[in-house]
Amino acid sequence: MPKITYTDHQGNSKTIEVEKGLTVMEGAIQNDISGIDADCGGSMACATCHVYVEEKWLDKIPKAEEAEVDMIDMAYEPKKNSRLSCQLIVSDELEGLVINTPSKQT
Amino acid sequence: MIKTDVIIIGAGPVGLFAVHQLGIKGLKSEVIDNLDKAGGQCIELYPDKPIYDIPAVPECTGKELTNSLLRQIKPFKSNFHFNERVDEVVEDKGNWIVKTNKGKEFTAPNIMIAGGVGSFEPRKLGFKEADKFEGKSIFYHVKDKEKFENKNICIFGGGDSALDWALELSKKSKITLIHRRNEFRGALHTLSEIKKLEKSGKITIKTPCQLSSIQGSKSLESLEVKYDNGKKEIIKTNIILSFFGLLMKLGPIAEWGLNMDKKTVTVNTDNFETNRSGIFAVGDICTYPGKLKLILSGFHEVALASVECFKRARPNEKYRFEFTTGSKTIHERLGIEKKDD
Repeated sequence: MPKITYTDHQGNSKTIEVEKGLTVMEGAIQNDISGIDADCGGSMACATCHVYVEEKWLDKIPKAEEAEVDMIDMAYEPKKNSRLSCQLIVSDELEGLVINTPSKQT
Repeated sequence: MIKTDVIIIGAGPVGLFAVHQLGIKGLKSEVIDNLDKAGGQCIELYPDKPIYDIPAVPECTGKELTNSLLRQIKPFKSNFHFNERVDEVVEDKGNWIVKTNKGKEFTAPNIMIAGGVGSFEPRKLGFKEADKFEGKSIFYHVKDKEKFENKNICIFGGGDSALDWALELSKKSKITLIHRRNEFRGALHTLSEIKKLEKSGKITIKTPCQLSSIQGSKSLESLEVKYDNGKKEIIKTNIILSFFGLLMKLGPIAEWGLNMDKKTVTVNTDNFETNRSGIFAVGDICTYPGKLKLILSGFHEVALASVECFKRARPNEKYRFEFTTGSKTIHERLGIEKKDD
């Protein structure tokens, strides 16, 4: 299973093996990773699973579709490397992915 | 004090269908919701997005689903109490008393919590100073347009609310529209109107930038935005209008003595009752082994919960299961007139 590293805003990291096909959001929720709320359950409707993807990974993951970018407008402190973790599907290509969670979601 | 058989908290699709399932059993209900209209997430989050998994409805939008449900429950004449949030739930001799933030009181033997992920509240600016000015010079919605006349107003956001209010308020005030990226997402017509007003100088657009700080002692005086390239700019303003959508907050539900699992209420799968008799949780807010957060699951949950509600509301009557196709009683409740053969 691909390993995904979740780093919080204070720099604490947790690396979790996430089953392929799950989203980075689901990986966090199932493993009690704090910093990701995911209020809407993954329907791209709330922006509370907002994460920052480490720069070098930005080109390796599928680009955000328009609806995701629109939703990121609502996120707390969005940046250039902002994504919604409910839209990042774990695959072999994502082995080693590092994401940073924002200081808060709301 | 409003007396009824079932107090329904939440007017989303599941809360609306609860009115139906209770109504065909002859039970009265009152519906309370913090939003200003029915539909819940369907209306607030995805009014125009198609839904494909409502049985026998191959495709419909959140808005269409809500309107169909409202039509379906019309015969039951339930009262809706919008813009009210349930704050308190207390027990009173086998009944429940519910109090809202507007001071309204209800009593019933049953409460059906169909609260989704909680109540919708505007997403607020993340500065401490923002709380100080909220309601005076920082606003998250416009209730009274006259308050926004002859002012310098900064509007934050890139969606329909931000654009619509920029257009409307630019008639009488100087508007600066600020957004984190160059693209706005709004109706094409609105966008072209905004562009026209930008050319004529009535609206100033600042992108791509975000609010970095606000200044002012007694009232708001100015704010600072930071552009993507690191450049900063101070903008003098009287008013900030911020439109970053709505958040769902569980709110007071957590304080009603219900067994919870994270942000959901645990229920049994026989009748979706919580650990407190007469309080049921249905739809996205409830959890049990295998729970799926689907509208169709919520519909099933209210059907079963309404049977237990009947038993509690009519302890001296026997519950009779009936089909809507053949039951005369149900037809009367639905207001269906007898057809001559």
